[in-house]
Amino acid sequence: MATELVLADARDRDLTKLAEYEEVAGYTALAKARGMEPQAVIDEVVASELRGRGGAFFPAGRKWAFIPKPDQNPNPHYLVVNADESEPGSFKDNEIMATVPHRFIEGCLITAHAVEARQVFVYIRGEYTGPYEVLVAALEELKGRDDLLSGVTIVLHRGAGAYICGEETALLESLEGKRGQPRTKPPFPAVEGLYRSPTVVNNVETMATVPQIIRVGAAEYAKLGVPDSRGTRVVSISGHVQRPGNYEIENGTSVRSLIYDLGGGITGDRALKAVIPGGSSTVILRYDEIDVGYDFNSLLALKTAMGSAGVVVLDDRCCMVQLGIRISEFYEHESCGKCTPCREGTRWMTQILRRLEAGDAEQHELDLLLDVCDRINGKCLCPLGETAAIAVASYVDKFRGEFQQHVDEGACPFGDSSPLHNVLAPVAMHTHSPVATVPA
Amino acid sequence: MSELYTEVQRLKESYPDWHSAMLPALRLAQEKHGYLSPDALRECADALGTTPAICEAVASFYDMLHLRPIGRHMVEVCTNVSCALVGAQQVLERFEQELGISAGETTPDGEVTLRPIECLGGCGWATIVSVDHHYRTHVQPEDVPEIVQELRSGD
Repeated sequence: MATELVLADARDRDLTKLAEYEEVAGYTALAKARGMEPQAVIDEVVASELRGRGGAFFPAGRKWAFIPKPDQNPNPHYLVVNADESEPGSFKDNEIMATVPHRFIEGCLITAHAVEARQVFVYIRGEYTGPYEVLVAALEELKGRDDLLSGVTIVLHRGAGAYICGEETALLESLEGKRGQPRTKPPFPAVEGLYRSPTVVNNVETMATVPQIIRVGAAEYAKLGVPDSRGTRVVSISGHVQRPGNYEIENGTSVRSLIYDLGGGITGDRALKAVIPGGSSTVILRYDEIDVGYDFNSLLALKTAMGSAGVVVLDDRCCMVQLGIRISEFYEHESCGKCTPCREGTRWMTQILRRLEAGDAEQHELDLLLDVCDRINGKCLCPLGETAAIAVASYVDKFRGEFQQHVDEGACPFGDSSPLHNVLAPVAMHTHSPVATVPA
Repeated sequence: MSELYTEVQRLKESYPDWHSAMLPALRLAQEKHGYLSPDALRECADALGTTPAICEAVASFYDMLHLRPIGRHMVEVCTNVSCALVGAQQVLERFEQELGISAGETTPDGEVTLRPIECLGGCGWATIVSVDHHYRTHVQPEDVPEIVQELRSGD
């Protein structure tokens, strides 16, 4: 459980300093990788079974292998790092960039070598001033170290506040100076990405894992974890736990252990009610579903996922309708507006949930809510609306009785004793047309 | 040529395609003008070699870019789930009380704008309050008067 690769040595040393990082064999993996053919580096990462840590869990090496060889496509190749972490519940990339910036940069340089890119763009979330400043300082230290940079340029590109820019094609649009709206896929970024050139888009943690894979070798790395979920994962634990924070675990550690061992159990000795396992986009787990491994297959069996590894723990005071409202309001606010089912559907979800919470909803509106969810699912260009629908539908599915109680009693059984009562969300401050309400 | 013009030319050189300098240029223009006023958009567009309309179309998409005046200081309280679970709403309300305004408003003297914001990516250190884009962690309602005092006295 205490296997640290990504965050290794960061507790004892100030790894934001180049000299300190070099003392723990920093940048030696880069030298090793540069001594290998690019294809050999890709093969090594394929063999390690590393899968993307951003949320989609796509095999990283395979993604790199999709990049056409220079003789197939004469355009320059780009590496774009998705550092636009904005998933409610996830704060791991924040800590990775702030504490092990050089390991992250080393991973970028190794990946650039593997996919034969000369330019790296790190799209960092606009709100992340702290990690941005750490990366600026780290890159400043690397100036004049052409033995490390070897002519590769790394540009830090700051976002400006839009969750959707974490979706890779929206990110590319935004990086091209446009509104961050997703593109149709295919073509995938590997074929037509930034400036219509072959582009690899990878997450921060994925990048910070690469040096360790090259250092210890794929075979050694793949000994960690469980089938289909090799290696380690930095998990963000928050909510009603004694010790919230980021913890690097071996994939397959039980969810119970995350909450009770690492997280120190529920605050105030209250009872656990539910856990959001992988950020707000994932299907919720009930208190009796936590004896499950934190890995792809185990969670898939419960129709949920590790997502971006944001574990949010909720105690028994929490109202699931209120949770639904807050989550739905988030997606309503963050919908880019391009696809109608998401733009309109998320707003309908919020309105129906609000009626339920107020005790105004009639029986059929519970089904209407699930119907709206169905009408978003699979009908948009990107997963934003879909994940909102899946998450909220899972609250209804797993806590149906509680939703029914809101209808039957004509009131919220929790009211203001739930910590999620009447939370002001940014979207609630927008002026909406008063005529467009849900018909009774 | 304005200072912004010179800085934007340098930004454009960081990218293979000048369009990519749009967001950093808008950020700079906003820092200089306080918000993206018509003048700021015009200056930004001139520096980029495009039109103010295109700059405004892009800016209107992003939460951190402001097309209306904001206070000299910005206080943003994360009210997403993880922060809300440990009392973010109470922190927001305490700010409203101390500043004498509602969330979404700016103090009459134009000093402080207060607003709730979506997940700031600090869920384990809740409640997160971003003060002039620097995070304060573990903020409790009782910490609010000191933060407000700091904003009112310093610059």
